[in-house]
Amino acid sequence: MTGVPLSQSELFHLIARAQAAYTRCVDDERAQSWPDFFTESCLYVVTTADNYAAGFEAGLMYADSRGMLEDRISALNEANIYEQQSYRHLLGQPDIRNVSDDGIDVETSFMVVRIMRNGGTSVFASGRYIDRYVVEQGRALLAKRIVVCDSKTIDTLLALPL
Amino acid sequence: MNIRNDIAPPTEWPEGQLSRVPYWTFQREDVYAREQARIYQGKTWNYLCLEVEIAEPGDYVATHIGDTPVIVTRAEDGEIYAFENRCAHRGALLALDDRGKAKDFTCVYHAWTYSLQGDLTGIAFKDGIGGKGGMPDNFCMAKHGPMKLRVTTLYGLVFGSFSNEVPAIEEYLGDEVLACVERVLKGRKLEVIGRFTQQLPNNWKLYFENVKDSYHASILHLFFTTFEINRLSQKGAIIVSEDGGNHVSYSAIDPDAERDEDYAKEKIRSESDYRLADPSLLDNFEEFGDGVTLQILSVFPGFVLQQIQNCIAVRQIIPQSVEQTELNWTYLGFTDDTPEQRRIRLKQSNLVGPAGYVSMEDGCVGGFVQRGIAGVPEHSSIMEMGGHDAQSSESRVTEASIRGFWKAYRREMDV
Ligand code: FES
Ligand SMILES: [Fe+2]
Repeated sequence: MTGVPLSQSELFHLIARAQAAYTRCVDDERAQSWPDFFTESCLYVVTTADNYAAGFEAGLMYADSRGMLEDRISALNEANIYEQQSYRHLLGQPDIRNVSDDGIDVETSFMVVRIMRNGGTSVFASGRYIDRYVVEQGRALLAKRIVVCDSKTIDTLLALPL
Repeated sequence: MNIRNDIAPPTEWPEGQLSRVPYWTFQREDVYAREQARIYQGKTWNYLCLEVEIAEPGDYVATHIGDTPVIVTRAEDGEIYAFENRCAHRGALLALDDRGKAKDFTCVYHAWTYSLQGDLTGIAFKDGIGGKGGMPDNFCMAKHGPMKLRVTTLYGLVFGSFSNEVPAIEEYLGDEVLACVERVLKGRKLEVIGRFTQQLPNNWKLYFENVKDSYHASILHLFFTTFEINRLSQKGAIIVSEDGGNHVSYSAIDPDAERDEDYAKEKIRSESDYRLADPSLLDNFEEFGDGVTLQILSVFPGFVLQQIQNCIAVRQIIPQSVEQTELNWTYLGFTDDTPEQRRIRLKQSNLVGPAGYVSMEDGCVGGFVQRGIAGVPEHSSIMEMGGHDAQSSESRVTEASIRGFWKAYRREMDV
């Protein structure tokens, strides 16, 4: 982290704003600029509580660079076939667990409903984000986001990122 | 009411034999019930778990064969046992977790107790209290217990069967398919690196057809073509087991093409604007020494062993109802993987599973069929690609392995 140390409340607001912008990007802009919420070298993994507890490393999605996140979006735009759908994220308050020179460790609960082409709206996923944010030029960026889904089951497919 | 082993008309199969499948097979409760009795509880081997998941005495996994809940254990004698996950008293589940460690299984309802081998070993208040109540003196515990399964292992895979007639797993697979299991797993120590479950909105057979369908791969899944990841230098083939039920589809780097310099140039030539921003997704290492980059192997009625480059996984298909199927993915590494090799596997896991670049479509396409065929049970699919038989083939533009599945299905179902 660089510059003047931020107060707890400044930090909280910075992260809350970043989270709000992230969900807006995924839910309302089809995740087009989603990679911009991450640092260049980052880790993004979607997994489940069982896998996380067992220490299994593999994910439903696994990216260790912003480039891999960009490839996710290109693939969704250009290659992958799935029925039209969108998400609505509801996030809990960010729980700032630790602040160090390496970054800010935050956990946030989420609930995602998925809205399908035919109008069906259902709870698609719930869980928590286990994040590490770093502050660069006044913006909180994700150096790491482990998406830990509560359920072991994914309905049909996981296209858009969580 | 469904009566097992009974099936109402229509049961006729349309003309054209294996190359026509009537849609009622994906839609009817009575067909589903008959599948449970004749296939899942019949003469088949069903994947249960990996040996490494029950490595120590007391380890157990709770899973299903079709609708039937089963427990797989490693008992004190070091052997693997499998039995129905159902109390002999009044039918409650014995194991309530998907996996764990136990000394025995005690039913929560009235505390009947079973050994790790599935034997009934104790009954609460068996002799009553103060000489009153209790079980009759002539009740024989040895005669009551959950039904035990036949169990077999194959290079770290555990299979179970309700049938005493089904041949040994090696014979059941056939030599060629067996050799392809050996190719991936023989002599290696497996390690689980992830487990995911996918809920499929379709009949189980539509997913199994999809696994065996080598025709759709380059058409439905556009990831490789969009990003110009050249596959022209690939040769491949389809193997269909003698009895039809098992198959292997593979592709390999063609060594002749690979030596050709023009071909090497071809590989980097580009016409599309799309490139991977981070091509490290495609990093791989030669693991088998045979240039085979993809091998999809299926075993009737619901097991898949997959090698896509260095991404190794097993899939277990569990029907839940006529229109719902559970697909369990277990992603694998090996205990002697280097950190670099493990990282390659983790990155390649993006290709498969519910969010896989080359498999997410398989999660929805079965549902498209299920919804598409609504209201026309008497209509049939057409599967004449590559002819009418169910033989191995040098071309993957064939539906031979799907016809093989229907050959086995009709034999077991007697339809
Ligand atoms: S149902 Fe299991 S002890 Fe009664
Ligand atoms: Fe597919």
